[in-house]
Amino acid sequence: MSTTTKLDLAGPAPAKASPARPRRALRGSPTFNFWLFTGPFLIGLAIFVYAPIVWSLWLSFFDARFTVTPDKFIGFDNYKYMLTNDDFVGSLGTFTVFAAFIVPTTWALSLGLALLVNRLRFMRAFFRSVFFLPTACSYVAASLIWKMSIFSGVRFGLMNTVLGWFGVENIAWLADPSPPWYWFVIVTARLWLQSGFYMILFLAALQNIPGELYEAAAIDGAKPGWQTFWYITLPQLRATSTAVILLLLIAAYQAFDEFFNLLSKTTWGRPPLVELYYKALGESQDYGAGSAGAVILTVLIIIVTLFQGKIMGFGRGDEAK
Amino acid sequence: MTTTTPEIRKSKNRRGRGVMGSTGLYIATSVAAFLFLVPFYLIVRNALSTDAEITGENWKFFPTDLQWGNVSDLFSNSSVPFAQSLWNSTVVAVLHTAGVLLVCSLAGYGLARIPYKHANKIFYVVLGTLMVPTAVTFVPSFVLVSSLGWVDTYRGLIVPGLFSGFTCFLFRQYFLGFPKELEEAARVDGLGYWGAYWRVVVPNSLNFFAAMATITFINGWNSFLWPLVIGQDPSAWTVQVALSSYTTGQTVVFHQIFMATAISILPLVFVFLFLQRWLVQGIAQTGIKG
Repeated sequence: MSTTTKLDLAGPAPAKASPARPRRALRGSPTFNFWLFTGPFLIGLAIFVYAPIVWSLWLSFFDARFTVTPDKFIGFDNYKYMLTNDDFVGSLGTFTVFAAFIVPTTWALSLGLALLVNRLRFMRAFFRSVFFLPTACSYVAASLIWKMSIFSGVRFGLMNTVLGWFGVENIAWLADPSPPWYWFVIVTARLWLQSGFYMILFLAALQNIPGELYEAAAIDGAKPGWQTFWYITLPQLRATSTAVILLLLIAAYQAFDEFFNLLSKTTWGRPPLVELYYKALGESQDYGAGSAGAVILTVLIIIVTLFQGKIMGFGRGDEAK
Repeated sequence: MTTTTPEIRKSKNRRGRGVMGSTGLYIATSVAAFLFLVPFYLIVRNALSTDAEITGENWKFFPTDLQWGNVSDLFSNSSVPFAQSLWNSTVVAVLHTAGVLLVCSLAGYGLARIPYKHANKIFYVVLGTLMVPTAVTFVPSFVLVSSLGWVDTYRGLIVPGLFSGFTCFLFRQYFLGFPKELEEAARVDGLGYWGAYWRVVVPNSLNFFAAMATITFINGWNSFLWPLVIGQDPSAWTVQVALSSYTTGQTVVFHQIFMATAISILPLVFVFLFLQRWLVQGIAQTGIKG
């Protein structure tokens, strides 16, 4: 038996390969196909992702005002300039404040919405769609509604109208940095835009929690509600929470659209990318300093990503707070 | 007995919460939903009002006469080329979506399924780009694109955004889970990698492609920073840049601004209503947007 199978195996194989080989020599070779499939993407990646990073590293060591082919090497001066520049360092502070507001509030709101929607028996799809719908809007559109209608500083703004019904004076939401009401405007705009998206992530995770866990908890006498939420739901959502917080942090770091549009005529509330935009593409067109800023931001986000992944991925359930 | 007691207790609990709990639940959800819908109400109200109604002394919940003339008013405003910007956005979003799907899915498949000794190293090259969000490198990207002479062109708006390491990564993950038997069957039928990909793999992955297409299209339509940097001349503005110009412009014509906002959102609301299934599925599967 064994000899015949061996023969059978050995026999047809070369016979099969020989007619196939000439036709498939190139077209069929895995290596050729690998490059055929990945080549266009990798070439684009090299030109449009890696090359700009390398070029900006190079530019950041030159005096590159109004030019992208500078010849005056200035060492680390651009970095020194950016790191001692009040506007740039201040923009990192703005990001920190923003992240401190937006990350916990979005986490809590999207989880809350997911818990609500998950418990609905009727009209579940309807409510899910309502919370999810703002995801279709752009940050620019939301900024317009927030700036021109809801938080318009004059009396016909919706918020000032509603407050007026309770006898509260008009508030200059965006036009006055003290008290810093503009944070309220910015945070609510982003909350509206992105909570539905993270709600979907939490909903998917909630539906993956095995029902037996709740049954076991009921046997152990846990009251449904707060207790099961605290001891079952939240720990079961740890992986999703970690991912959500990381995504929120990275998204906050890249915040540009709503700051640029809501605070277009102001000098306060500029996060890093807005600051970089004005620095590199504004009046001064300082590509050297702009590139140094981009490099600094890139290094920072890599550190934060690695650090956060480590802390949250392997730490214990502290993200519950 | 021991098994039935908890069953009873559980169902009792559920029923007990049923009346009280579910009323509260629906009230809370409805309040939240109401708040989420307010901005949409404002868009519609303001888009169809006269400026006098928007800025009037007392809050007007809805315009007395729907001002459909605001549409033609918007398109005849010569200071913002809104019609052109809508066209630009359509071209950019469609080509962006088609390009991203084509380039990234091919690469994702290659990385997932075609044996090559350096495939792992190349995958790390792709993964490396995930660490650096593209928005952070817009200054160097602009430097590159402007030296290619691509400022104010469709090429400049579209091409640099096609090579998304993240989308490629997602396609790779998806194809890793694609049933091998289907490809083997295609191989038996004499198809090479290329043929098997187009005749077997793609037709059997349309759900995933639809999900990725929806997400990519929404992002393409809504993106702002890159079009703002590249579209320096008004003729190259996308709809988001055109909208933004209203916030920085000198004169404020409220009904035009909100009609523009409404029109800019409309295509996505349609995409959203009809493709929500794929969108939700895509997000739940991949955990991303953008």
